[in-house]
Parts: sequence; structure tokens; C-alpha cells
Amino acid sequence: MEDRSPKKSASNVPDEWFVPLPKEEQQETIHHKGDSYWKDVMGRLFANKLAVTGLILIILLTIMAIIGPFLTEHTYRSQSILNSNTAPNSTYWFGSDELGRDVFTRVWYGARVSLFIGLAAALIEFVIGVTYGGVSGYRGGKVDNVMMRIVDVLYGLPYLLVVVLLMVVMGPGLFTIIIALSITGWIGMARLVRGQVLQLKNAEYVLASRVLGGSNNRIIRKHLLPNTSGPIIVSMTLTIPTAIFAEAFLSFLGLGVQAPVASWGTMANDALGVIQTGYWWRLFFPAFFISLTMFAFNVFGDGLRDALDPKMRK
Amino acid sequence: MLKFIGKRFLWMIVTLWVIITVTFILMRFAPGSPLDIDDVGMSDQARENMMAHYNLDQPVILQYLNYLKNAITFDFGPSMVTRSREVSDMLASGFPASLQLGLVTLILAVISGIILGVLAALRHNKLIDYMTMFIAIIGISIPNFIQAMLFIQYISSQFDFFPTAQWGTWRHAILPALALASGPIAIIARMTRSNMLEVLTEDYIKTAKAKGLSNFQIVVKHALRNALLPVITILGVLVASIFTGSFVVERIFAIPGVGQYFVESITNRDYPMIMATTIIYSTIFIIMMFIVDVVYGIVDPRIQLHKKEE
Repeated sequence: MEDRSPKKSASNVPDEWFVPLPKEEQQETIHHKGDSYWKDVMGRLFANKLAVTGLILIILLTIMAIIGPFLTEHTYRSQSILNSNTAPNSTYWFGSDELGRDVFTRVWYGARVSLFIGLAAALIEFVIGVTYGGVSGYRGGKVDNVMMRIVDVLYGLPYLLVVVLLMVVMGPGLFTIIIALSITGWIGMARLVRGQVLQLKNAEYVLASRVLGGSNNRIIRKHLLPNTSGPIIVSMTLTIPTAIFAEAFLSFLGLGVQAPVASWGTMANDALGVIQTGYWWRLFFPAFFISLTMFAFNVFGDGLRDALDPKMRK
Repeated sequence: MLKFIGKRFLWMIVTLWVIITVTFILMRFAPGSPLDIDDVGMSDQARENMMAHYNLDQPVILQYLNYLKNAITFDFGPSMVTRSREVSDMLASGFPASLQLGLVTLILAVISGIILGVLAALRHNKLIDYMTMFIAIIGISIPNFIQAMLFIQYISSQFDFFPTAQWGTWRHAILPALALASGPIAIIARMTRSNMLEVLTEDYIKTAKAKGLSNFQIVVKHALRNALLPVITILGVLVASIFTGSFVVERIFAIPGVGQYFVESITNRDYPMIMATTIIYSTIFIIMMFIVDVVYGIVDPRIQLHKKEE
């Protein structure tokens, strides 16, 4: 050690400064197995406090959506005219509406509807969007051209207007909302997957796989899809709040789920009539929980995107 | 450039045609019509007369062609519910309020979104940055109709300064515009912020600094211009969201605009009205998207290069 450090007599620089760091010698040996891509992503995700908060909220909301309606002796539709519009108390934890229905039970029933719609929309977006975009990008050429022109036209349609028109034709209800969401919801995903596939299919490892005799099926399953999975998952996560908003919006307009089924949108709509009467709980609870849900999914989705974004990787 | 505009224009026309046709088909297949509601005991003759009045007795192809012609001239005939009034008159009466609200919202959203985004980027990881991001998350999380109702319940019922309903003076516009704008403000602010952060690390900013330009000049002339380019692309989508949002916000604040008619026409199954509003909104939306595309092509010459590479 001593002989490696240069002697500088007329200097007050301590000798230790010139001793090479032990780390440098060890760098040559692999001292821990490289993290897999997903382990890496999860590490970054869990370091993001906001994203973790979002995830915890999502889990709590899901649990409450499942057990919430069973926690009281009321059902979402049981009425009690004598107890109409009671303020929150020990029997009606979140108060009651003008028909004496329990707001607490209805809020969690509404959570079921919202989460169900969100999950269904994400799943539909995944199935249609990935298939359509994948085929379009992988086939390329004329097929791609025709498929993308169709997407261009669909993309030009104002999304909520299409949904509203369908509601008028098919009649309101949960099923119609899902159909309506699936007609326009997959377009963004299709464009995203197509772009990724276009980029990836010319990558050298894909060429290598092809040279080695890999079938189209194998290339798509083993190479293209896994490498596109990050953006796909982010897009799905961020679809959920959009779908939840769409459902609440339509239900608010009276085009969504129909009475007596509770949804945050219909509850807010019911509260519109009593907005200046001081029955604050009628609006506050559905408003609070829909905002909390949107918040949770949005920050979680954002966190996921940041965790997956290659630009952030150092 | 002209070829690009021409091509986009052609697609705009095709999209419009698809919308008009799909609307027609959907409305023809829709179950029930206002004429089915027989609460006054309509005789067969009267029903036939009504069918003729609305051109429903002709073959579907003729109805379609007739309807295409009407759509182009924006003449949608009489409303089925308010039978004495023409759809186009009703829409014309609601249009000024909707347009004012839409414009105020758009201007508010763009200006405050950009300012917040720039401030957040310049004071990265400082208080104002966190505050902006907090506002942005709130704006995205709380749906606009919920915000509108909360504003009425907690602001306008407490302060006489903000009217709870109706339309007229500028004070009527504040709360509805704020409810409608907060989502777009959030989106624009976040986008401006992340673009600014990226642009500020570029070499040409360092060059500008080295030349001794003032901070103001660097931010406005060099950074902002480049940071705002991607923001232009989402304006079309934002306008659409402001439109659809205005349906509910107009209803909540009882603003006599087109949105009111649209919502009413859906529940009343007033087909001429539904078709008219759908077509008008889609047309405005598609024209906006077209303008955005063209403007983007003009402002950013690089976009043409990308096209050629593909």
C-alpha cells in the first residue's frame, strides 16, 4: 500500500487520499446476481411513497368494497322512510338518503360497481388493444395501413358522445357501459402496442430468433410481448380511473346503472336535489370516495410509469 | 406541407361522414321513439301525419340521403319533443352561453396550466413545485361534476359573490369555469413541468446562459417554446373533455347552454336533437384536432421528417 501512494513532501494532502478504494478491486468479480428487470422496477416502485400510498389505498378500497356492504344491518336498497335524511349517527354511519337508505352501505356497494367497471375496462382494453396493435405492427405493410386508418377514424370520435349514443340505443345499465367502454377504450392501447412492436420487431435479438428458426408465435410470445409489458401495464392502470370516471359521469346523467343499484354517480346525482339543504353527507361521502379512488389509481399508475420509464433508469 | 394538410383534411371529412352515418344507423335502431308515447290517444291518421312530418315514412335510403343533406346544411328539422321549435333554433339559443363558458375555461386552463408548470419546473423540488403537483393531482382526481357540486355546496352558498346558478355576468362564469378547467389545468401543468425540466438540461440552454442572457429570456425564448410543443398536441383532446364536461356542469349550474339540451334530449329520446348535438360537437371536436395537427406541423418542422422516416 505504502509504495503505491505518491510521495508529495510539500503538501498537506494526507496519504490516505491516494490509496485506491477497495471497491475498485472488487468490481471485477460479480458479487451479486444482477437484479431481474421486474425486481428492479419493484424496487423503484416501492421507493416511491406516493405510489405506495396509492397501492395501499387501492387494497383498502377493494377490501371495503367486498366486506363493506355486510358491515351494517342495512342493505343497499332497504328503505326506511321514517329515517329519511338522518345525519351520520351510530346506526347510519354515513347518514341516510331521502328514502332512508343507508349511505354507508350504498357507498361501498358503489365501490363494487366502480371497481368492477374499472377492471372490466382494463381487461377489455388489454385483450382487444394488444391483439389489434400487435397484429397491425407485426404484419406491417398494407394490413397495418388499413388497420391504422380504421383506428384514425375511431380516434377522431369524441369518446363520451359515442358512449352516450350507445346508451340511448341499448338502454342504460352496467352491461351497456362495459360495451360502450370497450368500443373506444382499446384504441390508445392498440396504438401503443403497434408502435412498440414496430420498433422491436427489427431488433437484432428478434432477427437472431428468426434465424434460429423461431416461429412467429414464439417471437411474439417470448420476445415482443414481454418487452412491451411495461407500457401495457401502465396504460391498463391508468385506464381504470378513466373508466371509473366515465361510469360515474354516465350514472350522474342518468344513463348509467339504474335504481335501486347504487353507484357513486347516481348518489351524487341524487344529492344534487338537496345540495343547498344542509344534508352535506349525501354529497360528501360519494364525492370523497370517488375522488379517493381516482387519486389512488392515478398516483399508483404514475408511480408505475416512473418506475418503468427507461429514461429514469441510471 | 400542403399535401400533409390536404391528407389530414380528407381524413377529417371521412371521420365526419362516419360519425354522421353511425349516428343515423344507431338512431334508427334505437328502441322506442317519442311518437310511441301515446298519452293523448293518437289516431292512426295522426300518427301517419306525424311520421310524414318527420320524414319517417320514406324508405331508409331516402331518409339517410335526406339526413346527410340536412346535416351538411345544419338543418335538423323540428324537435320531436318541443314540437313547435326547430332544433337549429334551440341550439342557436343555447350556443352563446356554451361558447362563452368553453372559451373562458380553455383560456383559464391554458394560461394557468402553463404558468403553474413553468413555476414548478423553475423551482424544482421546492415548495411551489410540490404545491403545483398537489393541485395537479387534486385536479385529476376529483371529477368535474363533483367539483361543481362541491363549489355550490361549500362556496357559493356561503358567499353571495358567487351565484349558485344561471348565466349572465362574469361572476356566473367563475365557478363553472373553474370546475371545468381544473382537470385540463392539471394535465397541462404536469406536461409543461416535465417538458421544461427536460429542456432546461439541454446544451442550448447552457449556451444561452454562457452568452449571458437574462433568466427571463432563457426561460421564455429558449426553454418555454420547446417545452410547449407537446402541449399543443393534447389541446384537441382537452377541448373535447371540456365539451363533454360542460354537459354536466351546465346542468348543475343551470346554465342555459347546448349541454342542457343535449342531456334533456337523451332522456326524452328526442332523436333530431340528439343527432344535431352529436354532429355539432363531433364537428367542432374534429376541426379542433385538424387545427392542432396543422399547427403542430407548422410550429415543429421536425414532425415532417419523422413522417418521411416511417
